[in-house]
Amino acid sequence: MAVTAPVTVPAAEAPIEELHRLWETPHTLYGALATVDHKKIGKRYLVTAFVFLLVGGLEAAVMRVQLAAPGMRVLGPEAYNQYFSMHGLTMIIWYASPILSGFSNYLWPLMIGARDMAYPRVNALSYWTFLLSGIFLYTSPFLGQAPNDGWFGYAPYSLQLYDPGLNMDFYALGLIFITISTTVGAINFIGTIMKMRCPGMSLNRLPLFLYGTMTASFSIVFALPALTAACVFLYFERRFGMHFYDVAHQGNPLLWQHLFWIFGHPWVYIIVLPAMGMISEIIPTFSRRPIVGYPMVALSTVATGIIGFGVWVHHMFATGIPPIAASYFSGASFLITLPSAVAVVAWIATVWTGRPVLKTPMMFALGFIVLFVVGGVSGVVTAAVPFDWQVTDTYFVVAHLHYVLVGINVFAVMAGFYYWLPKMTGRLLDERLGQANFWTMFIGMNLAFFPMHIAGLLGMPRRIYTYPAGVGLGAVNLLETIGAYIFALGVLLFVINFFWSLRAGEPAGSNPWDAGTLEWASTSPPPPFNFAVLPTVRSRNPLWEGHPGATAEGEVGPERSSVFRGPVLDRGRETLATSPLEGHTMAQQLMPEDSLWPLLLALGLTAAFYGFVFSVWWLACAGIVWVAISLGAWLWPTGDEADERPVHLPAPGVA
Amino acid sequence: MRRLGAGMGTPALLGLLGLLGLLVATAGCDHAASVFTGAAAPGAGEAQLGWFLIAVSCLVVLVVLVLVPIAALWRRRERTQGAPGTIIDSAVPSDAREQRWLVLWALLVPTGILTAAFVFTVVTINAAAVPPSHPSAGRATVTGHQWWWEIAYDDSSGQGFTTANEMHLPVGQPIRITLQTADVIHSFWVPQLAGKTDIIPGQDNTMWIEARQPGVFSGPCGEYCGAQHAQMRLTVVAESPDAYRAWVATQRQVGRAPGDSTLATGRQTFMTAGCASCHTIRGTEAAGTVGPDLTHFGSRRTLAATGIENTQANVMGWIVDPQGMKPGNDMPRMAVAPRALQPLAAYLETLK
Repeated sequence: MAVTAPVTVPAAEAPIEELHRLWETPHTLYGALATVDHKKIGKRYLVTAFVFLLVGGLEAAVMRVQLAAPGMRVLGPEAYNQYFSMHGLTMIIWYASPILSGFSNYLWPLMIGARDMAYPRVNALSYWTFLLSGIFLYTSPFLGQAPNDGWFGYAPYSLQLYDPGLNMDFYALGLIFITISTTVGAINFIGTIMKMRCPGMSLNRLPLFLYGTMTASFSIVFALPALTAACVFLYFERRFGMHFYDVAHQGNPLLWQHLFWIFGHPWVYIIVLPAMGMISEIIPTFSRRPIVGYPMVALSTVATGIIGFGVWVHHMFATGIPPIAASYFSGASFLITLPSAVAVVAWIATVWTGRPVLKTPMMFALGFIVLFVVGGVSGVVTAAVPFDWQVTDTYFVVAHLHYVLVGINVFAVMAGFYYWLPKMTGRLLDERLGQANFWTMFIGMNLAFFPMHIAGLLGMPRRIYTYPAGVGLGAVNLLETIGAYIFALGVLLFVINFFWSLRAGEPAGSNPWDAGTLEWASTSPPPPFNFAVLPTVRSRNPLWEGHPGATAEGEVGPERSSVFRGPVLDRGRETLATSPLEGHTMAQQLMPEDSLWPLLLALGLTAAFYGFVFSVWWLACAGIVWVAISLGAWLWPTGDEADERPVHLPAPGVA
Repeated sequence: MRRLGAGMGTPALLGLLGLLGLLVATAGCDHAASVFTGAAAPGAGEAQLGWFLIAVSCLVVLVVLVLVPIAALWRRRERTQGAPGTIIDSAVPSDAREQRWLVLWALLVPTGILTAAFVFTVVTINAAAVPPSHPSAGRATVTGHQWWWEIAYDDSSGQGFTTANEMHLPVGQPIRITLQTADVIHSFWVPQLAGKTDIIPGQDNTMWIEARQPGVFSGPCGEYCGAQHAQMRLTVVAESPDAYRAWVATQRQVGRAPGDSTLATGRQTFMTAGCASCHTIRGTEAAGTVGPDLTHFGSRRTLAATGIENTQANVMGWIVDPQGMKPGNDMPRMAVAPRALQPLAAYLETLK
């Protein structure tokens, strides 16, 4: 094996045209279907997940009309139950996690100075299975048989005896389908963070956003098998008469609850930790200083992910568990507050000691902190078991979870859009419209969800399609509906702002916010190869080194990051592979070319799942066989130079 | 570039504070089904814990979201600044100082608060596990059905009885309740008396309630159980021990015989129109077990677990159109001739 150090050149001298030729996906139908470019995949994730947000939002809008006053007849009970089930599934599974995957997919390689994710074809597979599983799920409403047992799908109501339609078959199979997408996506993130960081990016220089997604990805790998198993059991019980959850045949309905929440609670952190990471990027940029307590924020992210596996029973406090067990899970649930407190205090301290600039992304980030604190304390109180007996399954919990999911996920996503869309599109969003957008969403959000705390404390259960007049719930519910529509108006303002910016937005330039992390070193939008030369970093905020007022972040002595001078690597689609902890250069990594097989494999899965749901067994078999063929073809050695080229280990000291 | 204070105006925070105030005010008022009423044990203990938690939460929100921003604004006016937009890396405290500061405010202070809440929680859990010293005044088995409640009072002397959708409690004496389900998961919950205990197939959960004051309380089903989860209400009447004993004595009796020919016609309709195949009226040939026991239907305050008042007019409406009032429930529309309807409803109302 040849041991040669890659030659470093200034970015201006890099062979840009050659890099374009190597990395650009052709602008053809084939290119659109076969691309493995993480930026294209990331944008697709963002658009698709945003569409799911709009669909789930429309479902909520209909439900809010039904609940605006007592005894409304907009939706009947069965229709309402399908609406709230689809709303929950859509938002929690098909929006909240994929939208963050979209940001991660687009931004990770840019933030870590790489040219693509570790497994670009797996990345494509992850997107296609996400899209197709969503289409699969949304076949059900057209048959009038959408899932109707909530996103939590409790047995035995989910079983054939009580729910004979295809509703819960779509539920079980749809979830199994998307877990494939989520799992391969998580593996891709883990591989990327372990191997693809640019030289010098040791774990203590990693942007905090990556800590969020990395922790979430590990959680996915450990948590999702519980969901998959639960759904496989459910499908087998419904379709083949097995007895996992059926008491009459020695099954146990609590098995479902345990499996579901062993997945379900870590999932909460899976859909908030990356969002918290995004806020940890945005607040320092607009506070004009590095984040306070970086090591503690990073560690608290990981701690949250770990403790998150020990609290699932707090969703089941009312199931009659013994006091000792209840006390244990109560203690664990109180404990998980601490890492979040670290993050909140660090953000506030960053703003406090910084020079905050209140652009729209910062406004959303500050709004995020407000909602985080409210949603946080309303969550902590439910760790107190006896109080939870009162508020669980009431609108108090609905309020809490919306403060968490809208506050910590949607507000972070909006902050992320205003912050990073200029990088993706090359154009700034309108600032005045952005401020209006923020205030509309912030006021709408609080008006829609705060009164739900009160409704819950007044005894309003969740998942009810109507409530009687004269029990004092009319006023709060009307307020909530008004708030929901104000919030929807805010979302509409964002959509308008986005399309306006595409046509008339001010050109962003490579670093419109004067931020410190690597993604801002690339052009807006970035070229297919991200960086003409691969950077080497020596600090957490390489672009802030040498900035007026900034020290060189004394941690590494006099060395400076080298962002605009580095190796080109233009003998193929190449990037650098580095060591997991210190970020030492290990190899020149050859990346795969575009391929249709990820899409074809995903289509085979789709056929199989339709076969399963409609009991068309030949179709299911054909789908599975096609998946096997696709896998074979995907992995088949091509025999060309790419398979045989040796890795080039650089000389020690290059990184 | 705007600074903190210009945009992050206090109106938003004041608005939030207003909402918090609204929360406290509403939760405190004596509302139909507020969880803070605490008219019974263990609900009173839960309400106490709830008040403590809400108070601490409001305090945390007040400090973090109101006082801290105000302090930051005030401090900002004091401090002289370099040009906006420059990085102020060099002006900030060292990592070590930052971390000491974080450990204090983000770990030690919250740990103190959380420990207090945890201790309070464990004490309350244990208090709810056993009833007070009284010997139990009785036992009842509550069975959840899609979508109504069956209540069976046991009696050691073998004089148990079954009723539906309304249970009575003696004030000052604990009743032990065993929870069972005929079908899916439900949850027994009367906010003013006690928090939820789920009713799970294959698992006999038990709980107890000791009412502290007389009153009529309403309890919605606490766990999603299908189409009519929204209309599965239990009425609980807490009354003096004397009144309770009188109620028990009445409930043990068989259904009252019709006192006149109209009522006899009503009873005849009940037996022939199909009602008897699903409902029981003790002392008659009606012995169906699909729907609620109607032996003392007339004594109940509400109808069909809907919370609708039990009046003759509402009963007539229910009989002709149960699916309109409660879509999806098991009762079919009854083919009762219009002139037979009023006597039937009148008969049912006499079943006190």
